[in-house]
Amino acid sequence: MENFNLILTGVGGQGIITLLQVIDEAAAVEGYDVKSSELHGLSQRGGSVEAHIRFGKKVFSPMVSNGQADLIFALEAMEGLRESAKAGKQARLLVNEYTLPLVGAPTKEEIIKQLKAGKNALYMVPASADCKEKLQNDIVCTLYMVGYAVAKKLMPIKKESALQAIKNVIPQKYLELNIKAFELGHDK
Amino acid sequence: MKKILLGNEAIIQGSLAAGVSYVSGYPGCPSAEIGDDFAKIAAKYGVYVEWATNEKVGLESAIGASFSGLKTLVNMKSFGINVCSDSLLPLAYTGTKGAMVIVVADDPSCWSSAQTEQNSRAYSQFGHIPTLEPADPQECYDFTKLAFEISEKFKTPVILHTTTRVNHQKMPVIFEEVKTGNQFKKGEFIKNPHQFTTMPPRTLEMKKELLDKIKKIQAFTEKSKINEIDLGKGSVGIITSGVSYLHVKEALKVLKLDLPVLKLGFFYPLPEEKIKKFIKPLKKLLVVEELDNYFERELNVLTRIANAKLQIFGKNVLPVIGELNTEKVCVALAKVMGKKFLEFKIRNLKLEIPRRTARLCEGCPYWYVFPTLKRVAPNAIFTGDIGCNMIAGMSPHNIQDTLFSMGASLGIAHGVSKSTNQKVISIMGDGTFFHAGISPLLNAVYNKSKPLMIILDNRITAMTGHQQNPGMGKTLMGEDTTEVNIEEIAEACGVKNIKVLDPINMKELEGTVKEFLEKDEISLIICKRICALLERRQKKS
Repeated sequence: MENFNLILTGVGGQGIITLLQVIDEAAAVEGYDVKSSELHGLSQRGGSVEAHIRFGKKVFSPMVSNGQADLIFALEAMEGLRESAKAGKQARLLVNEYTLPLVGAPTKEEIIKQLKAGKNALYMVPASADCKEKLQNDIVCTLYMVGYAVAKKLMPIKKESALQAIKNVIPQKYLELNIKAFELGHDK
Repeated sequence: MKKILLGNEAIIQGSLAAGVSYVSGYPGCPSAEIGDDFAKIAAKYGVYVEWATNEKVGLESAIGASFSGLKTLVNMKSFGINVCSDSLLPLAYTGTKGAMVIVVADDPSCWSSAQTEQNSRAYSQFGHIPTLEPADPQECYDFTKLAFEISEKFKTPVILHTTTRVNHQKMPVIFEEVKTGNQFKKGEFIKNPHQFTTMPPRTLEMKKELLDKIKKIQAFTEKSKINEIDLGKGSVGIITSGVSYLHVKEALKVLKLDLPVLKLGFFYPLPEEKIKKFIKPLKKLLVVEELDNYFERELNVLTRIANAKLQIFGKNVLPVIGELNTEKVCVALAKVMGKKFLEFKIRNLKLEIPRRTARLCEGCPYWYVFPTLKRVAPNAIFTGDIGCNMIAGMSPHNIQDTLFSMGASLGIAHGVSKSTNQKVISIMGDGTFFHAGISPLLNAVYNKSKPLMIILDNRITAMTGHQQNPGMGKTLMGEDTTEVNIEEIAEACGVKNIKVLDPINMKELEGTVKEFLEKDEISLIICKRICALLERRQKKS
């Protein structure tokens, strides 16, 4: 296969680095060559955060070019909409139905309407809401979304590989909670 | 062993494999994990790790260790090399004893840097310091090991020049597992003033020795495998280095081209003979490098000797501002080859999406300070500083009239205070105060200006990811140490009006600001309240 290009987007503090670690590791468990690029520091203080992952037979650059993403994985709906402007036809959008307030931001309804108006295949999931309700913790919404993406085959990662990756990456203390979130999304 | 590593983690592993035993530096983005993550594992490898009070002190700390025979690693972000340059340049003259590698991490596109989009490669050339440029985490590991070997062999500091997309890149890295259980082994300083002291007329002699040494290293680079050629066809070639090489490889794939590429692992000194040989059969050459055109300038000179007819492309087809990516290289390459390449058009969303910039965290103590200052002193001049407090310049606060470098808020406030009748308020964090704030404080007292200095003491160096500093009573390796008191330093500097308060008491803050702004000499308010993130983390553990 051609290299698989993934863009993760969200707001600083939403757990994007852990999410990236899990997907990187899952790709490696699958036997792919993998490279990713992340940002730390200033952008982590509540600003927009974007991370890139590429995996396949042989990857050189860790960054996904505009229009080349296969999957856009958005932890926040407005950031998903922002990123969708840079999506090519083939890109699928996986969006957490969740917005973080910002002065001057459009309403959640407007954002969702705009997302639906785009030409890309759209998958909206109530990841934050479900995790908060059923697990009393919404930071694990990232793993919920991984579970969903695996079940719906939005990325070429098998369930066993994803679970193995979670075990390899997540500290023992939080493992059970993260696996529960993964299963919750997987069964959605 | 094969494991997914961040570029910075690979640098740690490379240093361990090379036998490093002393690590110093100052935290900044994108290099901070080198110190932070090293500290978590250092004890079991018998390695000493510290955060120095600033990069100059950090380098000097490593110089002392190197002269005592230890292998040392120094780490800093781009601007750090400006701070330490005063000692870095003489270090090239004296040379090292124990090997020393200095990681300097640039941040093209200013992802987490305020002051300038700096290309630190200039220091390598004018300081005569051998410099390697890795492209990915595997090379971070390999090049770090090699950098220690070069330093050991030639008794010179070696710079490992990285960029954000290298430091914060992850990939599976093959590395050797270093055995644990070692104790930190002390060295011995064997006196050698002839070598360790710069003083004329010896200084000029040392310069001669340095230039001779660089010639020898140049001969070494000619044979080095890290200046590698990817064979290709045709009369168009590419020269590149660092992460740009990865974009070049992708761009060649996208455009279905098979061109020869010379990837330079050495930025300085250049393997001139190898380059001449590479460019000799070419008609066109594309130089792909980020920001300023250092390679291109060198190549313009080398071409005159080796291939005067060669047409060189560089910054006439690539941007000088902002990091490179595959798309930008595709555009450049298409121009050189006379090929078509359509850039991706970003869709117009028909909906205004506001920029989501950095903001103060929920519960941040600064939330109490900025609005109070704005209300009490709407006409004051606010000089800003580096750290979380620079969010003062963003909405909804918008109170930052200047922003320069670490500690500059007070230096500039002094100048404004002396030059005008206006009220001046400088805003600085505790980490920055220890880094570069004491000297301008002393200056303001000595030269009699009257700014109001606000120190936002959130009890940690927060912005770069919560590093220990002298105000905390803890070292990087978790040992107890003297908890340095900011007000005592200010008192000792001669500041007479000092108030320490908790900014949550906004009435008290307001009253003190009003009172101090009327003073005829410098005054200081220390707003002391723990970083909200740190507080939440402490409660959790």
